[in-house]
Amino acid sequence: MLSIKNLHASVDGKPILKGLSLEVKAGEVHAIMGPNGSGKSTLANVLAGRENYVVTQGEVIYRGKNLLASAPEERAREGVFLAFQYPVEIPGVSNIYMLKAALNAVRKARGESELDALDFIALVKERMKLAEIPEEFLYRSVNEGFSGGEKKRNEILQMALLEPRLAILDETDSGLDIDALQVVARGVNALRSPERAIVLVTHYQRLLNYIVPDYVHVLASGRIVKSGDRTLAQELDRQGYGWVAQEGAAASA
Amino acid sequence: MSVATESLDSLLKREYQAGFVTDIEADTLPPGLNEDVIRLISAKKGEPEFMLEWRLKAFRHWLTMNPPSWAHVKHPPIDYQDIVYYSAPKTKKDGPKSLAEVDPKLLETYEKLGIPLHEREALAGVAVDAVFDSVSVATTFKDKLARIGIIFCAFSEAVREHPDLVQKYLGSVVPHTDNFYAALNSAVFSDGSFVYVPKGVRCPMELSTYFRMNASKSGQFERTLVIADEGAYVSYLEGCTAPMRDENQLHAAVVELVALKDAQIKYSTVQNWYPGDEAGRGGIYNFVTKRGICRGPRARISWTQVETGSAITWKYPSVVLEGEESVGEFYSVAVTNNLQQADTGTKMIHIGRNTRSTIVSKGISAARGQNTYRGLVKILKGAEGARNHTQCDSLLMGDKCGAHTFPYIEVRNPTAQVEHEATTSKISEDQLFYLQSRGLSSEDAVNMVVNGFCKRVFKELPMEFAVEAQKLLSVSLEGAVG
Ligand SMILES: Nc1ncnc2c1ncn2[C@@H]1O[C@H](COP(=O)(O)OP(=O)(O)OP(=O)(O)O)[C@@H](O)[C@H]1O
Ligand SMILES: [Mg+2]
Repeated sequence: MLSIKNLHASVDGKPILKGLSLEVKAGEVHAIMGPNGSGKSTLANVLAGRENYVVTQGEVIYRGKNLLASAPEERAREGVFLAFQYPVEIPGVSNIYMLKAALNAVRKARGESELDALDFIALVKERMKLAEIPEEFLYRSVNEGFSGGEKKRNEILQMALLEPRLAILDETDSGLDIDALQVVARGVNALRSPERAIVLVTHYQRLLNYIVPDYVHVLASGRIVKSGDRTLAQELDRQGYGWVAQEGAAASA
Repeated sequence: MSVATESLDSLLKREYQAGFVTDIEADTLPPGLNEDVIRLISAKKGEPEFMLEWRLKAFRHWLTMNPPSWAHVKHPPIDYQDIVYYSAPKTKKDGPKSLAEVDPKLLETYEKLGIPLHEREALAGVAVDAVFDSVSVATTFKDKLARIGIIFCAFSEAVREHPDLVQKYLGSVVPHTDNFYAALNSAVFSDGSFVYVPKGVRCPMELSTYFRMNASKSGQFERTLVIADEGAYVSYLEGCTAPMRDENQLHAAVVELVALKDAQIKYSTVQNWYPGDEAGRGGIYNFVTKRGICRGPRARISWTQVETGSAITWKYPSVVLEGEESVGEFYSVAVTNNLQQADTGTKMIHIGRNTRSTIVSKGISAARGQNTYRGLVKILKGAEGARNHTQCDSLLMGDKCGAHTFPYIEVRNPTAQVEHEATTSKISEDQLFYLQSRGLSSEDAVNMVVNGFCKRVFKELPMEFAVEAQKLLSVSLEGAVG
């Protein structure tokens, strides 16, 4: 589904990703861990198509096509979804209005008919139960005045509605209480299917108790320095990143 | 170049959708202005003597005045002798008596504009008075309104049929000496709308006027007077369009609102005069004086305006808060794109005790557009306990446009509370990217963010016009983004 080869990317002229490679197949869940500032969000943003993130080398193939050639909205319509580490507030735009516009844009691209208001409400209410978001949040401005946890749940709601093929969750578990963590886990697990792939960026092995990953990768200094199964996450939890970074340095030397 | 700037730059290639010209036989005076022209206008309209006297008084005063130079707008001097002061579609007799007599071409024009002129089409509950160039062409729903005592008619008709009301209120809010353009209007105004809602009557439908400038070189000088007697309520909407022409056309209107004790007037404007092309050729000079007075206790006047058109907009819908506890409101969205210039805002004059005013201004500047908010909040000595809150936000699209804010505050009573908040921001790339990453095109993303920015103002518009305003806004900033 997703094949990243030797990816180099800079932000405002500063190189952040330095030769990152990653293969994600349909049906898989990958967890990406790594120290602060190592480039995890940069990777997520590059995949979603943020424009001031410049790819200087390497390639990203998504479902057989060069992902980097398309605009962010085209990627979204092709099924790429990014749950933001810091969801953005949009004053004056009601959540329901944005959700409906987004869903219909994606449906249209898939060749499905647009949902009218009634069908949409029925669907969104069902998905809100999954994300455990009270109905009033539909009528509030997008993320405005939402608590940190509410913003994250709102991202899960969007994911549940848009049903992406490739979901990238950037620290959606950070700052969540235990209940909210389970909401995120439920949302992701509900999406899990042989046709879909999920990339979880996280700092905590805790989330991986609820969403069992097929692979765990450590990103350090702009590259994947170690990959393994879920036991790697447990090891990181005990020992921190120091030993991996050293191993990585030794390997690249 | 960033995606956002790129989308914004292509946004700027908008098209003006109301830019067609109607081929109609018109009764048009040659350009130029003198006392004879004024006598002629007055005669053509069959006006009573007092009206002609008033016009002449205004004209003589106008001759002593100079155009204002303080506004933050630039334009070449206007040659007032090169303007046509009267142009009316030709009719068999004196004027159309009913819809059946209205030229079908005119009706077609209004249809193109989406105006429900035929009563059966106006089931939405909008009574429309349509002003084409200089004359009011047809007023719908008149009879239904008349049954509950509401007068809604062309201004020239009111002059003939209700001279006492006109004489009592005309110029009582905006005197003929008020300013250069108001004086000119008072001398040459050709038509407009007149509304009187009697004591205790709540007008059951939105009243609406559409203005259209069709004739070349013509100026439009309409005059609107809305009177809400004690305890009455009326909501009034005005919409405007004009064909695309290379030369600039002058629109110098005057609107006066009078709200007596416990009365309420909501006045909404969706202004979409031709703004000129990308190079700044053509477009309407929209120099308008709008003012309302809250004459009695607890009277309330709200101005809501969505200004997307015109090459230059110069207008300050104001409220004089005379009655105790009276309320004045001003909600404004002004968009300037390409080379458009807007200098707009309001004046809230607090005279009575415990008067309140609210000002919400949203300015959007794109391309090389210049947007100025100019507002005056004046609290007079007797305005014990007066309060004002002003919120003034500017949104910039691209880096060649400008936003300017000139708030003037004069407080002569120590118990008054005046608050002013202002923000200026660039349209946020984070917001646009967030929406795009959800599948919205960059154009839709921009529209969504901008509409969100204007929400507080749109909320004040009657429902069907809020939808229209949103569409208009996206058209104004449109042009195939992405
Ligand atoms: N606009 C920018 N200009 C310069 N440096 C930037 C810019 N944006 C990000 N960076 C830098 O890029 C590096 C990687 O940032 P990134 O957000 O990808 O880290 P992360 O792995 O997601 O960290 P965290 O775990 O804290 O979320 C950081 O050192 C950050 O300071
Ligand atoms: Mg991050």
